[in-house]
Amino acid sequence: MTKKQKKMLVRILVSAALLIALHFLPVSGIVRFLLYLVPYGIIGYDILRKAWKGILNRQVFDENFLMAVATLGALAIGLLKTGDYEEAVAVMLFYQVGELFQSYAVGKSRRNISELMDIRPDYANIESDGQLARVDPDEVAVGTVIVVNPGEKVPLDGVVESGESSLNTSALTGESVPRDVKPGEAVVSGCINMSGVLRIRTTKVFGESTVSKVLDLVENASSRKSRSENFISRFARWYTPAVVFGALALAVLPPLVRLILSQPPEWGEWVYRALTFLVISCPCALVISIPLSFFAGIGGAGKAGILIKGSNWLEALAKTGTVVFDKTGTLTMGVFDVVDIHHSELDRETMIEYAALAESASSHPIAVSIRKAWGKPLDMNRVGKVEEISGNGVVVEIDGQQVAAGNSRLMRSLGIEPIECHSTGTIVHMAIGGSYAGHIVISDVIKPDAAKAIAALKQSGVRQTVMLTGDGKAVAAEVAGELGIDEVWSELLPEDKVEKVEEMLAGKPAGEILAFVGDGINDAPVLTRADLGIAMGALGSDAAIEAADVVLMDDDPMKISKAIRIARKCMRIVYENIVLAIGVKAACLVLGALGLANMWLAVFADVGVMILAVLNAIRALFVSKL
Amino acid sequence: MKKTYKIEVDCANCANKMENAAKKVPGIADVTVNFMTQKMIVDFADGADDAAVMKQVVKACKKVEDDCEIYL
Repeated sequence: MTKKQKKMLVRILVSAALLIALHFLPVSGIVRFLLYLVPYGIIGYDILRKAWKGILNRQVFDENFLMAVATLGALAIGLLKTGDYEEAVAVMLFYQVGELFQSYAVGKSRRNISELMDIRPDYANIESDGQLARVDPDEVAVGTVIVVNPGEKVPLDGVVESGESSLNTSALTGESVPRDVKPGEAVVSGCINMSGVLRIRTTKVFGESTVSKVLDLVENASSRKSRSENFISRFARWYTPAVVFGALALAVLPPLVRLILSQPPEWGEWVYRALTFLVISCPCALVISIPLSFFAGIGGAGKAGILIKGSNWLEALAKTGTVVFDKTGTLTMGVFDVVDIHHSELDRETMIEYAALAESASSHPIAVSIRKAWGKPLDMNRVGKVEEISGNGVVVEIDGQQVAAGNSRLMRSLGIEPIECHSTGTIVHMAIGGSYAGHIVISDVIKPDAAKAIAALKQSGVRQTVMLTGDGKAVAAEVAGELGIDEVWSELLPEDKVEKVEEMLAGKPAGEILAFVGDGINDAPVLTRADLGIAMGALGSDAAIEAADVVLMDDDPMKISKAIRIARKCMRIVYENIVLAIGVKAACLVLGALGLANMWLAVFADVGVMILAVLNAIRALFVSKL
Repeated sequence: MKKTYKIEVDCANCANKMENAAKKVPGIADVTVNFMTQKMIVDFADGADDAAVMKQVVKACKKVEDDCEIYL
């Protein structure tokens, strides 16, 4: 509890005690009135002051004014008629209890949710003269060597200088699968060092390190308002004057009508009803619980390693009907392996050697895999002129001979007829000295969970799955078939992918969201173009975190369906709260207008509903079983 | 120029009122009040004097919600 809240609690207890005591005190008349003013004043002075200030600032019709008028009115009725002042004080007391509860509940929820994502490391160890000194992570410059002992959080991004260990990445990814690291490998801040002491040379300052970026993202995500939140704001803005006029009408019209019908006007009765009406009408439950639901949803997702950058993106996730995947790196490991060599007269070793030499200058994943298959150092002196033809392959000079390595397009452009392959995979045809030399079959490995992930997506309500790839038709079809993907588009150049997505956007049903899942680095344009951009494998990739709207910290495709389920749960809770708040309010308003509700019901309708809504909103946090 | 200020406001409706009032202050391009994180994110118009504009923002907010605080 904050100091303000504690003070309020004291006031409530004192006022309640006095109220009970006065109940048993046999006084009457003006003395009774004055005595009751004491607990009333204690519990209500700030409401009265705020109401007065509200009138001065021309902000007349707010809660404080209503409570002030309602309770002062009740006191007046007591003074002039009943001699009973209990109701006035009790109502004010009950109202303040409600306000305190609201403030406490929201504060506690806010803290719980923030703590959930409290992965911030508090210190870094720097070695000096053999001693370890603890410093503020903010003060560590780039290039400093820090020491991380077992059990400690890695405070800054860096590269391992010495030591071997296992890292727990669950703070960032939500998965407790450990990652082994050894010297030369990069480590990411926020991970917990498990087994061995690590000396790490920092590569970023604290503010730029992954853990700070992730925390900023989650914290600020709730600032990007969703459509639901904007709706609630607009609703509250016309709702308040509407209700005030309704109350005025309720206070004034029936008595006037009764006067016209020559009946006793019963002003008191109708004014009381109008006041009750106003108290019931406060939109607090709605206005508080909706942002809280989003905050909880974003926090819960963050804990699972799913960073949603805004409440509006959470809403979009829930409405996702089509998911478009990039193949390489998203559904497949992105690591190519040489699987086979066909139709070659040379022995396998020599084929790969030639291919590796030819691809020595290329950074294409296929070139990397060929060099990996070769595994030995390459004598670059043997390589002469290198010509890399984008989308086709390379033509180089090796030992004075022309060697071409690439796809069938390249072969045909050189006038060589390639022998097509029966197996699927990426084919690298080789031509040596102008004649066909056979081809190398390279295959990408599908991620182990990919098929399960696609099935889970369909279960989560995604209508259509699409795969886009620059790879060959046969490979694409085989992968799509194995994974159960609905639509495949292959042999696409990067700009073709954007075009395809635009086509799909034009063709989809209105209100449905099209999400694109990629690895962030190569897919930035498509990520931006889609309704919702999801980047995978963001652990350690700043580009991915920047480019997408939803960031999955690890590269498990199962997380996509989890993200959608979290979003749907959150939106369900949001709609439940909207219906609950408006529904109960409307019912109580009708009861109030009909005179069937008294001040107690009014305050319950306000406070009780709000508490229910807040408790419901917190449910959005519980995502682990999703 | 964007700046973030810590604020204290008790109810979500008041946060909305503050946001609307702040948006009308000259020199402000856009304002977002995040009730959940108790922060006010201000996007100042080009050439605006942020200290002076914020003083006006505080005044405007105090008018709609006396109980609020903006920590400049």
